[in-house]
Amino acid sequence: MSKYLIDKFLYTVDRDPELVERYREDPAGTVAWWEAEMANTILNCIPAERTTWLSFAEEERTALAQHDHVRLFQLGAHPFLTLTLFIAMFERDHGPLEYQKAYGKAMEHITMPYPDITT
Amino acid sequence: MAELAAVVASTHHPFYYRAKTSTGADRPPFADEWVAKQTAFAETLNRAEPDVLVMVGSDHFHQLWLDNMPQFLVGKAPFFDANWYNEEREFGLPKMTLRGEEDLAAHLLRDGLDRDFDLAFSNELRIDHSITCPIIALRPEADLPIVPVYTNIFAPPMPQPKRFVQLGKALREMVESWDSDKRVAIIGTGHLSLELGGPRQFGEHGPDPEFDRKAVEWIASGDIEGCLAEVSLDSLHHPGNATHGFMDFMLMMGVAGEGAKADHVDTLDLFHTMEAYFTWYPNGAPA
Repeated sequence: MSKYLIDKFLYTVDRDPELVERYREDPAGTVAWWEAEMANTILNCIPAERTTWLSFAEEERTALAQHDHVRLFQLGAHPFLTLTLFIAMFERDHGPLEYQKAYGKAMEHITMPYPDITT
Repeated sequence: MAELAAVVASTHHPFYYRAKTSTGADRPPFADEWVAKQTAFAETLNRAEPDVLVMVGSDHFHQLWLDNMPQFLVGKAPFFDANWYNEEREFGLPKMTLRGEEDLAAHLLRDGLDRDFDLAFSNELRIDHSITCPIIALRPEADLPIVPVYTNIFAPPMPQPKRFVQLGKALREMVESWDSDKRVAIIGTGHLSLELGGPRQFGEHGPDPEFDRKAVEWIASGDIEGCLAEVSLDSLHHPGNATHGFMDFMLMMGVAGEGAKADHVDTLDLFHTMEAYFTWYPNGAPA
């Protein structure tokens, strides 16, 4: 289980316009590519100096591949990262604030305390 | 020595720029009242005639990331580029470049370290909306040099609330011991109750109006003791999952001082969150 790696996926995709579109159009393919090629890249290091040990747990991989923001929240992904990226991908398909409200509504069964987001 | 000309604390709302600049059918119904309140707030800063702005904010996973996360960081550079692709995308924020005040930044770093605050620093910092929102709202000319001070209110584990207050108190003393004839304003932005990415987000008002009411009272009356008695890292989860941003308000209460009543207090109940604006004049209100 790696909340850190989920957050790293959301962070690196959200900040790159091409990856935002790629993840919107092909979530499973993007997650598979990212885990194979990017998961172990330290962000300010050359590719040769890669980390050797990072990978998703199956439920994390599945939640990302299914664009399942409710499950990501329950797994302890950082809610700001998930929200920002999902707004970027899906707000365009909805009226003003419609997507943001539906995003919250889909989580209304979740009660306090929320899952810990500490990495 | 430098003079602390004003202490300014507020919420930062990334949609303000769009609301302010929108016209016709795109202009939201609350825009005129919001702009009027922000304009009056901006005047409280202008009256203090500052030369330099110390800007307290928090990076939202833009340049600062979980592989290397500082708790408190001072930007020391001649310039700061500002706003990021995802802020332009979601909020319509413009690209900006602000001048830096390196001499004050160096002083804060040296003096802060000597006061046992192990401050991180950055010599190349692209700042985000936690600092540009108050610039856009309070000083849209963006003509004054700044020293950014970033706090971690975003990625646990975070420092305790009392540490934010302590840093605020120290920041004031450090500014007032800067060997300069400049007038300095310390401006910090945070949040009242706020939920982002959870079930209580984007409601008719902030997720916890009762917390907001108490928070405004603590800040306006300078009730640091009462605030610290009720607020903890654990308690801040309850008003909303992004409410740890309130700790930047607590830092600013530390700057203003125990019992310091704000000279300007204003609020605006918006959907999703409450806006709140505070100004103190430590050396008396300007004529």
